[in-house]
Amino acid sequence: MDDFVSIDNLTPLKEIIAKHKGAPGCAMPILQEAQEVYGYLPIELQKTIAEELGVSLSEIFGIVTFYTQFTLVRKGKYRVGICLGTACYVRGAQNIVDRFCRELNVEVGGTTPDMKFTVDATRCLGACGLAPVMMINEDVYGALTPDMAPDIIAKY
Amino acid sequence: MSNINIKINGQEVSVPAGISILEAAKSINVHIPTLCYLKDVNVIGACRMCLCEVTGQRALVAACVFPCSEGMEIFTNSPKVREARKVTLELILSNHNRECTTCERSGVCELQQTAEDLNVRDIRFPAMQEEKYVIDDVSPSVVRDPSKCILCNRCVSVCKDVQGLGALGATQRGFSKEIAPAFGLPLADSNCINCGQCIINCPVGALKEKDDTEKVWAAIADPNKHVVVHAAPSVRAGLGEAFGLERGSLVSGKLAAALRRLGFDKVFDTNFAADLTIMEEGTELIGRVTEGGKLPMITSCSPGWIKYCEMYYPDLLAHLSSCKSPQEMMGAVLKTHYAESNGIDINDIFVVSVMPCTAKKYEVQRPEMKVKGVQETDVSITVRELARMINEAGIDFNTLPDENFDEYYGDYTGAGTIFGATGGVMEAAARTAVEVITGKEAENIDYEAVRGVEGVKSAAIKAGDLTLNVMVAHGGSNIRTVMDKLRAGELNDYHFIELMACPGGCVNGGGQPIVNAQEKMTHDIRVERAKALYHEDADVLKFRKSHENPSVQKLYKEYLGEPNSHKAHEILHTKYEQKPQIDYKK
Ligand code: SF4
Ligand code: SF4
Ligand code: SF4
Ligand code: FES
Repeated sequence: MDDFVSIDNLTPLKEIIAKHKGAPGCAMPILQEAQEVYGYLPIELQKTIAEELGVSLSEIFGIVTFYTQFTLVRKGKYRVGICLGTACYVRGAQNIVDRFCRELNVEVGGTTPDMKFTVDATRCLGACGLAPVMMINEDVYGALTPDMAPDIIAKY
Repeated sequence: MSNINIKINGQEVSVPAGISILEAAKSINVHIPTLCYLKDVNVIGACRMCLCEVTGQRALVAACVFPCSEGMEIFTNSPKVREARKVTLELILSNHNRECTTCERSGVCELQQTAEDLNVRDIRFPAMQEEKYVIDDVSPSVVRDPSKCILCNRCVSVCKDVQGLGALGATQRGFSKEIAPAFGLPLADSNCINCGQCIINCPVGALKEKDDTEKVWAAIADPNKHVVVHAAPSVRAGLGEAFGLERGSLVSGKLAAALRRLGFDKVFDTNFAADLTIMEEGTELIGRVTEGGKLPMITSCSPGWIKYCEMYYPDLLAHLSSCKSPQEMMGAVLKTHYAESNGIDINDIFVVSVMPCTAKKYEVQRPEMKVKGVQETDVSITVRELARMINEAGIDFNTLPDENFDEYYGDYTGAGTIFGATGGVMEAAARTAVEVITGKEAENIDYEAVRGVEGVKSAAIKAGDLTLNVMVAHGGSNIRTVMDKLRAGELNDYHFIELMACPGGCVNGGGQPIVNAQEKMTHDIRVERAKALYHEDADVLKFRKSHENPSVQKLYKEYLGEPNSHKAHEILHTKYEQKPQIDYKK
């Protein structure tokens, strides 16, 4: 699921658009599915969506930047999401974030040059009992300490 | 529509059912402050400046969107209303770059005026503005300063719904929200056509024209430059407003006098070139009709429309007339014939145009707009910039005598002057084409069918045995309607189409004096300013047909030969190419 389609290949996008076009509010599902397929929503995709739907690029861009679920930059193959919700935060999640960033040599929100990892601070993941908690794609890790970072990274 | 009875501040009023509280109050001259409201264009209830109390409603209501109903009791001036409006305004001001003393909008700013009206003297909230805003001044036409934007959305609606473009949009959310082109691109690389409609509809100084007045002052001060100026048709219909004159005042004489006093060496009139355009364009049209050229032919004087066509209708570019716009024809003639006959080196002559338009600033620097390798027009300034120069020079506009434009390139006809209103180019062309085709003087030269502010107008013009089917549209979305029909093959019976990017034509161009939204509720400025032009045409000028302009005739005799001659083609015509809608690869 992590191998995204290259943005040079617009065929899947056109299929997604064709599927939803005409329905009211169709930009939302199109953007969601496009992000699932391509991993992010760069200008090339947004422009195609705007053109196909007959709306301006600024309208599509407005939606994409309004909702936090959308991303404009390509994310890594493995998305490290460390919870900074209240419960995790009081149990030292900031140190976990700092350590992962240091190990991977990226800033928060950044992606390693080999496009393997992206580190994000997230809102509450709903697993406060395991605080501090994080996810790498679908895998959940709990009761973290900063020193666990290298071993976790090594698994991927 | 049936009327209903309501009470505003205790006063009984009968108003049409369903109109907004704002409109009802306006009808009895009760002022309700507004910021986001723009009649017919942006009615979204976003800014909350217009809050009023309605009996039976728990919360205050936004007067601009709340409809009146039978028996409704409205209070526009209760303590609760006054306090709510003040708090709202103070919140807006706490996040506003308040530098009125150096702001171009000062004096014609709706935010400043509202603060004055509400007697706001103290802002109870801490200043919120971060230094995160970047001024976008890449475009030759429009400067965007987000530190002054109050997020009213008026420019967004104008650009999207009136102009059919959507170059500007709301981006991000919450405190980071910004009205900007997609992907933070400069407007210059977006699908903006430089029309300036967003500027004249912005309530504040967040959008303004690129100021080029310093370049003009510098040229005037340079002893080695021969500086000539010419002013577009609609300038004489708009400029007076900047000096407090009634809208629709015709100020041709004072305009010429003011330009002379600013220190220009020669004061000419773009109307001369408008007449010249008719000779060239009319001849081109007759040629296409009789010899089988691409029809319908479409006018090419509006640079905003040209860019529209290049971006959105590149497949239809062949329909455009090959004529340059009057601004560029004027520059080309001044830098060739005028320079040559007065022994001035082409490099020493500096041409300034005064335009109702911000897209003209873009046009002057287009690579196509060159004659003998030099830029035809050196600087194009808007009516607002000219007004600022007049003030800067200490000229009391209203007491100036009426003077004439300098002879030859300052001579014009009524056909030239009506170019400034929608339908004007069509009417001017018809006056000439009919007489050229029939070889006889026409009985009626008033083409009422193409006048007025209806978005798309058509007419059939009889010229002897020939009937010319013509169409006129103004404003971007009307242009789209027409061009989509043309693309679909529905306009094959038409011969000539006039398209102007601004609604109402140049009288309502993006470079004209600012009129606030409340004023626009009860006045159609397009109609009021156009009256000045039709008045000059009908009552003031000696000649009303371009081919009767003696100086234009002389120019053909002395220099160009005949319309569409080789020489005319060389300096007065051009062609256009496809442009990308969004230039993100730069
Ligand atoms: S936009 Fe208006 S309120 Fe703001 S600085 Fe300019 S004049 Fe003052
Ligand atoms: S100048 Fe015209 S096209 Fe450009 S953003 Fe403003 S309204 Fe839109
Ligand atoms: S730029 Fe002007 S018109 Fe546009 S949202 Fe801001 S304040 Fe309103
Ligand atoms: S909410 Fe009514 S004018 Fe803005």
